[in-house]
Order: sequence, then structure tokens, then C-alpha cells
Amino acid sequence: MADPMRIRAQASGDKAVVRVLMSHEMETGQRKDASGKVIPAWYITDVTASLNGKVVLTAEWGPSVSKNPFLQFTIKGAKAGDKVSITWKDTKGDTRTDEATVS
Amino acid sequence: MRVIHLLAGLALAGAVAGAWAQKNPAEAGIEEYRAMLADGNPAELTEAKGEDLWKQKRGPKNASLETCDLGKGPGVVKGAFVELPRYFPDTGKVQDLETRLITCMERIQGFNGAEIMKTPWGKGEKVTVDALATYVAGQSRGMAIKVPQDQPMEREYYEVGKRIFFTRGGTHDFACATCHGQDGKRIRMQDLPNLTKNPGDNAGFPAWPAYRVSTGDVWTMQHRLNDCFRQQRFPEPNYGSDALTALSVYLGVNANGAKSTAPALKR
Repeated sequence: MADPMRIRAQASGDKAVVRVLMSHEMETGQRKDASGKVIPAWYITDVTASLNGKVVLTAEWGPSVSKNPFLQFTIKGAKAGDKVSITWKDTKGDTRTDEATVS
Repeated sequence: MRVIHLLAGLALAGAVAGAWAQKNPAEAGIEEYRAMLADGNPAELTEAKGEDLWKQKRGPKNASLETCDLGKGPGVVKGAFVELPRYFPDTGKVQDLETRLITCMERIQGFNGAEIMKTPWGKGEKVTVDALATYVAGQSRGMAIKVPQDQPMEREYYEVGKRIFFTRGGTHDFACATCHGQDGKRIRMQDLPNLTKNPGDNAGFPAWPAYRVSTGDVWTMQHRLNDCFRQQRFPEPNYGSDALTALSVYLGVNANGAKSTAPALKR
């Protein structure tokens, strides 16, 4: 079970800035361990963001994204009280969804 | 008229001198980069994990750490970090945050403390200690460091720590003081805090545990100090050894008054 994300969403005017910190190893599959064996790839491939259930952002990620990725984006028309939900899926098929309220 | 010209000239000279005293563009660039990173400090994830671990029933005795005494009474977390290391009458020792947490894990949860100390970095229950330390430190964010010196043993540890800090040795004839004994020094792009004076720099002692971007994980003070010795080509001190606690007391007392930024973000 993956660790929870930290999501902060702050409205200013007719926009809301969303900042997401995800907890993930993001192993590239290029590294080797102490005994010389390749560490299998394990990274987030798909990220989806929704505002009150409506998808507002999708992204396809690869192995070049850092460990514990930080994602920031702006949603037009989001108001305080709206629900922002973020979902990611990784190469192991593991997925995690977290939700935050725009403040 | 001539007087006015002279004054204007002086004012201009002053302005130029002011500009020189300001940071150069490279340094400003690094600071901007650091500010951007700080916005999403992954130490927050470790902090959240540590909070869960603190409240969870774990170990052979299936107990939570909520009765753990970090120096301010059982279960008091807020403000505990800024007063560590300190003397604990129940163990008869001066302990830092990590060793005290291990004492709690041993006494309350039934873990084998000696085993945890021997566990390699980033493995097993060592990870738990790191997360717990990050959580505890985060609960004192912004508070001023006030490492106590009331007990004779605490004062003794300070003196021993000071001795260790200034002891030169190893293949490079280094001491901690070689890099951390003067103001305004840096290695490559990394500013080096001067750790010998008070009030100390809050980039030093009050910043650890911290998330290190270069290694992608949280390091506690024990890990930081261990690596300082490794870099000096000294034999690496044992985790939780009195030597490291003594050094922490020295750094902590010197940092008294500085605001805690832990868990901070490091390059």
C-alpha cells in the first residue's frame, strides 16, 4: 500500500493553484544494486487530476521523473470548497487516490 | 553648490557599496532554486509517516509510543525536539532524539534497541526511527533551540563534544572545525554554517532531520554526523554512541536561540 500524497489547493481569484507531493520510489530500471543486479523499474505512468469529479488534467510519466515527485498546476474556475482529487498508477499496477478541498 | 555635488557623490558611492554587499546573481539563482524545492519538501511525507508510526500499536508488546517521555513528560511531543539532547534520570545518560526514541521503542514496544542501532541506514526499524524523529522535530518547527546545561553530565558532554569538534586527525588531518569554524565559507555551492558560536546558524543543528535531495531520503542528525566523519576519513562512530551525543550537545548548545527549521530541505 502506497503512502498518502500531500495535496494543497489554494484559490485566488477565479483560479486555484494545486500543489501535490507524491510518495514514490520512481526507480528507473537503469540502476544496479550492491550485488550488481539491475533494480527493476518501478515508476508512476499515469497521473489524473479531477475537480469535483471532472477530469481536468492527465499526464503520462516516465522514468525521468524524480523520486517523491512534486506537481504543481492551476485550475481555472475552481472555488474554495471544491474537491480536487489526484490519482496515480505505477508500473506495478499499484494505484493511489487522494482528495483535498480547495481553500 | 559644490557642497551639494559632494553630497551627491557620497550618496552615489554609498549606493555602489550597497550593491556590492548584496548577493551576486549566481547566489540569488541558487536561493530561488532552493525556495522552489522548499515548496514541496518531501520531508513532509516522512513526517506524516512518522506521526502514524507514533500512534500505531507496534512491536512485541503491541504498544504505541504515545506514552514515550522525550524530556517534557510522557507523551509530550511539542517542544521536545528543541530541548534535546538532555539528561534523562531513568537511563542515567544524556540522550539525543534518536537514542531516546530507541529507548522508548525498547521499553514501551519491546524492540531490541541494540539491534536497531546496528541496522544499516535505510533498513528495517532504522527507517522507523528516522520517520519518528522527523515527526517529533516537525512538532517544534519555528521554536527556538534551548538545549539544557543544568545537569553536570550535560556540561561534561558539551566539553567532550567541543574536544571532538576540534580534534584533527585522519588521512586528511581534518577536524569538524576545518569546515565549520568560520563564517561565510562554502564547499562548491553549499554554504557552510559556522557551528562554533552562539547564536548559531539555523542551517546547522536546528535543520536536521532533513530531506536530502541528493540522496532522496531523510537523514537524522546521527546520519549527518556519521557522514561528516566518513568524509573526513575518520573511522565512522557507532550509531547512538556517546561520542555523537556529546557532539550533538556541543552543536545544540551553540545553536541555542536559533529557530528550528527541521525537518529542512538540503541539496
